[in-house]
Amino acid sequence: MPPNLFHSPRLDRAIDALMPLIAVLLALLVGGLMIVLMNANPITAYRGLWDGAFGSKNAVADTLVKATPLLLVGIGICISFRGGVVNIGGEGQMIAGGLVAVAIGLGYKDADPTLVIIACLVGSFVAGAVWGGIAGVLKAYFNVNEILSTIMLNQIATFGMMYLVRSEFIDPRQKGAAAPIPETERLPRQFDLPRIGGALDDLYRWLGLSGEGGTQWGTTLLHNGIIIALVLAVLVYVLLWRTTVGYRIRAVGKNPRASRYAGIPVRRYMVLSLVLSGGLAGLAGGIQLLGVRHRMNAEGGAIAFTGNAGFNGIVAALFGGLHPLGTIPASILFGALLVGGNKLQRTVQVPSALITALIGLVIVFVVGSDIFVRRRSRRRVTVSVAEATEAAEVRASP
Amino acid sequence: MIGDLITASVLASGIRLATPYLYAALGETFGQRSGVLNLGVEGVMLMGAFTSLWAVHEFTPAGATGYDAGALAMGVLVAILVGLIMGLATAVINVTLQAEQGISGIGIYLFGLGMSDLLFQKVFGGNVVTVNGFPKVYLPVLSDIPVLGEIFFRQNLLVYFAFALVPVTWFVLNKTTLGLKIRAVGQNPEAADAMGISVARVRYFTVTLGGVLASLAGASLSISLVNVFQQNMTAGQGFIAVALVYFGSWRARGVMFGALLFSLVNALQLQVRTKGIDVPDEYAAMAPYVLTIIALVFASQRIDQPAALTKPFERGE
Repeated sequence: MPPNLFHSPRLDRAIDALMPLIAVLLALLVGGLMIVLMNANPITAYRGLWDGAFGSKNAVADTLVKATPLLLVGIGICISFRGGVVNIGGEGQMIAGGLVAVAIGLGYKDADPTLVIIACLVGSFVAGAVWGGIAGVLKAYFNVNEILSTIMLNQIATFGMMYLVRSEFIDPRQKGAAAPIPETERLPRQFDLPRIGGALDDLYRWLGLSGEGGTQWGTTLLHNGIIIALVLAVLVYVLLWRTTVGYRIRAVGKNPRASRYAGIPVRRYMVLSLVLSGGLAGLAGGIQLLGVRHRMNAEGGAIAFTGNAGFNGIVAALFGGLHPLGTIPASILFGALLVGGNKLQRTVQVPSALITALIGLVIVFVVGSDIFVRRRSRRRVTVSVAEATEAAEVRASP
Repeated sequence: MIGDLITASVLASGIRLATPYLYAALGETFGQRSGVLNLGVEGVMLMGAFTSLWAVHEFTPAGATGYDAGALAMGVLVAILVGLIMGLATAVINVTLQAEQGISGIGIYLFGLGMSDLLFQKVFGGNVVTVNGFPKVYLPVLSDIPVLGEIFFRQNLLVYFAFALVPVTWFVLNKTTLGLKIRAVGQNPEAADAMGISVARVRYFTVTLGGVLASLAGASLSISLVNVFQQNMTAGQGFIAVALVYFGSWRARGVMFGALLFSLVNALQLQVRTKGIDVPDEYAAMAPYVLTIIALVFASQRIDQPAALTKPFERGE
């Protein structure tokens, strides 16, 4: 029998990988329609979006800074979803991480900056891991739906943060004021995550690429959080696909019952998935604090600190096919959408809320199109089983 | 001090504040009983809140000083329509396309969050617009009962209707054929299907109904409780409504008690703040969430949960 050209596995995989892109195109199309309804020109708007995200060195830097928490939350989501648990608690875990980082930073103002930064980042990871771990223990040992518990934990973290920032953590200068601003002191500047623009310029110069002026990245706000996130994305890939622990996490996610018969402590691995995923979101909070915000502020609730990254990171991970390396370009894409969206408001008077709505549509289209991928893969299995049976029959007949 | 806090007017506001939770959570009860978890309630609420306020604002005749019954009716109608559309869309995604329900709900939430804000910015330029919402209706005789009258019977129509929905929900779910079908589809869709019940049709009905009620929940905020719209004004109430269904173990009465618990705490918080008592009200704000988690621990030990909850159904060939 001639090989079936239309069932090449590589082509199949390519079509599967295209599905999310089609979903985004659809969302952009609907978004374009919405822009038309707002009496703006969608082409101008989308060009404004692109320019806002990639139009200059500063724009690219902003996009990468915005992508950093998305990537960290997203690779955590890859772990938890592969492990069969749905972690909607990124917001709360980020806040837990930010709070611990600000506490450490303000507690050791005079200590060695490098040590403090490391302590802040480790502390924020641990805080997020604990916050996620609570949901993990509740799910594994008390059978509490983790979607609900993580949502509740988000609210508890938000109110806890608001309370602490208004009372224990408040900037001493605000204490006596008639209308105190509920915010902490700014962390000492030596604790800011190092900017990497200067190093990037050196690299450009060394490669002989630097054009007119020489310094191009040096003035941007790009900090080394993106490098931490990129390294961790690779590490999470290695963990999930190159280690026993990762294999077991995925086995539990695929089939908990079979995993139990195989001797995997299923409950412990469920908790582990949420601990790791929460930890990475906590670290996203720590990096957001040291790299961008430098203080906690209780006004505006959770969104003002996280920028909704706890939710948007889920989108990035889904879009990246729940693969840590796929999440890298996906995070940059959504970082670009967010940064470009903000500038859209100024250029074409389309409110940046459009981007939130668009991201919602992207999620809906991505999870809605998943059924086609699943159907195709099932058909593939049926076809290959039929072929195998046929081949066996041919072999069996004399 | 306690006497200062718990007054008839605080209790009355507790009853009033339960309205959005009731609409949203009772709607969600129908969906979950049929096996569909709709996490997008919050987004639908925001859309309902904005559109109903817009309609009331639009249809109130210029120069009117008090409320306008026609405009309020339009507000409710528009909220129902918006809920119908968003509920149907949710059903297409969760039932026909069999999407992972925990995530598609987040998509619907973000869509509603963004879209309601977008419309708000575009239509009102982001400025606070006040409308004359539903007026209080003093029920004859009942409202004259000392204390109780003030607490229960001097509310507005949307409040009365929300509480009336509790026995209606109980009746429909437990005493009608439709309710039997809904429960069958949520418990064992394969068996229901074999019995000739269309699983998809039942779930389309419950999810769409859930959308309409979620949208009304939003309207009950914007044109009955506070009479303004603000970006993200629901502030997590839609997510609480989803949890309330677990909290009340999928029964109308349990859902109502859960809603009242949250709303009374909310009312107390407001009172603490107006009295200027130095209790960190974040503690009070946090309490219901902690309680919900504890309640979830106990709820999960029981076997009330619809067996097919969050599991899409596909007919075998």
